[in-house]
Amino acid sequence: MTTTEQNIDNKLIPILEQVSDPEIPVLSIMDMGVVRSAVLKNNKVKVEITPTYSGCPAMDVIGDDIKKALKDEGYEVEIDLILYPAWTTDWITPRGRKALEDYGIAAPLSETADKEALLGNKRIVKCTNCGSTNTRLVSQFGSTACKAQFQCEDCLEPFDYFKCLK
Amino acid sequence: MMNKNLYNYILGVADNSLILGQRLGELCGHGPSLETDIALTNISLDLLGQVRGYYQYAAKILGGNASEDTIAFIRKERDYKNVLLVEQPNTDFAYVIARQFLFDVYHVLFLDQLQHSRDLTLSAIAKKSLKEALYHKRFSSDWIKRLGDGTDESHSRIQNAMNDLWVFTNELFQLTEADKEMLNEGIGVDVTQLKADYYNQLNDVLNEATIEIPEVKFFQKGGKEGVHTEHMGYILAEMQYMQRAYPNMEW
Repeated sequence: MTTTEQNIDNKLIPILEQVSDPEIPVLSIMDMGVVRSAVLKNNKVKVEITPTYSGCPAMDVIGDDIKKALKDEGYEVEIDLILYPAWTTDWITPRGRKALEDYGIAAPLSETADKEALLGNKRIVKCTNCGSTNTRLVSQFGSTACKAQFQCEDCLEPFDYFKCLK
Repeated sequence: MMNKNLYNYILGVADNSLILGQRLGELCGHGPSLETDIALTNISLDLLGQVRGYYQYAAKILGGNASEDTIAFIRKERDYKNVLLVEQPNTDFAYVIARQFLFDVYHVLFLDQLQHSRDLTLSAIAKKSLKEALYHKRFSSDWIKRLGDGTDESHSRIQNAMNDLWVFTNELFQLTEADKEMLNEGIGVDVTQLKADYYNQLNDVLNEATIEIPEVKFFQKGGKEGVHTEHMGYILAEMQYMQRAYPNMEW
């Protein structure tokens, strides 16, 4: 597991927590772990964010949303996209995982959870509707770059699974 | 002074992802099933995202008015350094999968080395891309097995695709001038060292998929030097149309 220190000014945390992922509105970008640093100097804020997936179109929007949120509070803002260390699903906070589940997206488990489901080896992905682990992988790729498609074999509900990225 | 070798090296790496991403993008709304359609366009999106990282870096090296867009859209055919494999057409689903698999196995091996580059930007892009490429490889390998060990029809189609595309594999392991220079500086990857591993991995998957290893006496090459197959012009015509028709337009 990659652990890196986040360096975020305490004063800025409540503002940044108000910014959500445009694709998953219940998830704040702080709980997602994409904000790596936010440093306040005089009235200027320098924010570093890291993409979840290289091609994630949400990153441009997230950058704009952060800028707007901080500007509304009277700060000058500079946003930098950093690639290293690379984002991992381990950076999603427990609160973020719960928000995902409540929203109907199964939170990431292990790197091979979807493959195991495909082969019928191990069924560990829980249905977000009824909680059953009797679920199957429909496709390793889902509605956005970060999700795979699952279906529950008990209640038949189709749902998204947030792919595990280590 | 600009580092011409580094610039060319980045293009050599990035153009593969750009052209393959563009090819896969053609399938948007045209995949054989909803799941494969979404999967292939997801892979396309990953590749194009990686390209942005490379081109933004290349634009910085080039300086002036260069941007990721000018590098992507307003070069001439001879200036694109991608291998011939990635520009081959989406003949049928078997070709799409075979082309993807032949590239993914290489891509993972390549990125696995590039992440140790002395160039910190390239190393960061490689680390990020590697995670995605592993996913792509898993997808294409699974489909190789399904098609090869599936019905008579799927077997013969994937065998044909493999026979036709195999001639483009050897080019992946050729060193260009920029490769050699960057290798000396500890920035680039020695692709010749990846070859044995590559063909071993192909053998393993193809054996399991009951696909015969094609026997090829002559391999195609040229893409890395900008000499492309007849398909390249059509890709560029479609990709560059807007920038050529409306120069400097923005989304």
